[in-house]
Amino acid sequence: MNFKKQLKEGLLTKNPVFVQLLGMCSTLAITTSLFNGLGMGISVTIILICSNVLISALRKVIPSNVRIAAYIVIIAGFVTIVDLMLKAFLPDLSENLGVFIPLIVVNCIILGRAEAFASKNGVLASAVDGLCQGVGYTVALCIMCIIRELLGSGTFGGGILNGGEGITVIPEGYPAMMMVMPVGGFLTLGFIIAGSQWLMKRIEKKEKEASK
Amino acid sequence: MSAYLQSLLGILLSAILTENFILVKFYGICPFMGVSKKTDTALGMGMAVTFVMGIASAATWAVYTLLLVPLDLAYMQTVAFILVIAAVVQVVEMFLKKSIPSLYQALGIYLPLITTNCAVLGVALVNVQKNYDFLQSVVYGVTGGLGFTLAIVLFASIRERLEDADCPKSFEGFPLALISAGLLALAFMGFSGLHF
Repeated sequence: MNFKKQLKEGLLTKNPVFVQLLGMCSTLAITTSLFNGLGMGISVTIILICSNVLISALRKVIPSNVRIAAYIVIIAGFVTIVDLMLKAFLPDLSENLGVFIPLIVVNCIILGRAEAFASKNGVLASAVDGLCQGVGYTVALCIMCIIRELLGSGTFGGGILNGGEGITVIPEGYPAMMMVMPVGGFLTLGFIIAGSQWLMKRIEKKEKEASK
Repeated sequence: MSAYLQSLLGILLSAILTENFILVKFYGICPFMGVSKKTDTALGMGMAVTFVMGIASAATWAVYTLLLVPLDLAYMQTVAFILVIAAVVQVVEMFLKKSIPSLYQALGIYLPLITTNCAVLGVALVNVQKNYDFLQSVVYGVTGGLGFTLAIVLFASIRERLEDADCPKSFEGFPLALISAGLLALAFMGFSGLHF
């Protein structure tokens, strides 16, 4: 087990959103303010850790023919818990995210980690993997949110800072509304992934040159 | 009755155009990106999704209204729905395999993928959220699927042309596809405001 390596994979080299391209629906849909992004990211991280731990603990009990169904039921259980908790304690967030909280059930990141990692590794390692991938997902969402919110509504930290209004960076009348509309989601993610591909290639090139 | 008919037409219009499942509501982005390299496969996927969404919205409506609500278990909807959808997909697959082999040949490979398609679970959850009755739920399911088909086929035909496009190295593949999808979404924004 190597915490540093797993964290680096989650954040950079195997980032669930920017590199593995998983969980696109929520990434595009809810990243309109930092509050939504953080809330979604933290919810997914909690569910990911819990489901990874339980699936890893049960990995010798679940028959492999019905494993996917079993994983989905376990994940759906945790999603329901988080959904009800948000409704009770953070009704604003629950309102903003709407149907995308229950839709975490079919978020490929969680099922993907269950199949690729938790079903083969021990409980502690799976928990760490869940945490690292979840943090990677949260960071990716926050980057998307910051860019879209800044260009689209001209604010930073909407829903959290300055009594929920957010700090105004670009004065009214200038921000491009388009960026908080669906179009902005596609464009922002497209440009970020292009950037990350460019960065990856550069790192590879440097490593090759260094090894020469 | 005419008010009811109007509500059905309104659902149809919004599900296909003004609130298109993919381009406006972002349900089902994974298959939208994954299975959109060729027009025929995109059409196959779209048909399979429409088919399953119609049946799944009927089945989840029945489970919710006849089972979960009387038993006071409405909070279990997410778990119940995903199980119902998985079962529906399995049944549809077996049924097609036995009785309409030609359709199974065309749609078969897409069916297992549909269980984890957010569009299907999404339609079930929205039906409950909006308090649709049986007919409205089915109409919303089928037309939502048609909207999905429309978007994925349009996008696939754009992507076929992008294959030969000369673009910067880092934009090749996924980023370019995303940006084209963005432009398509921009075009669909033109439909907003349209209503009966």
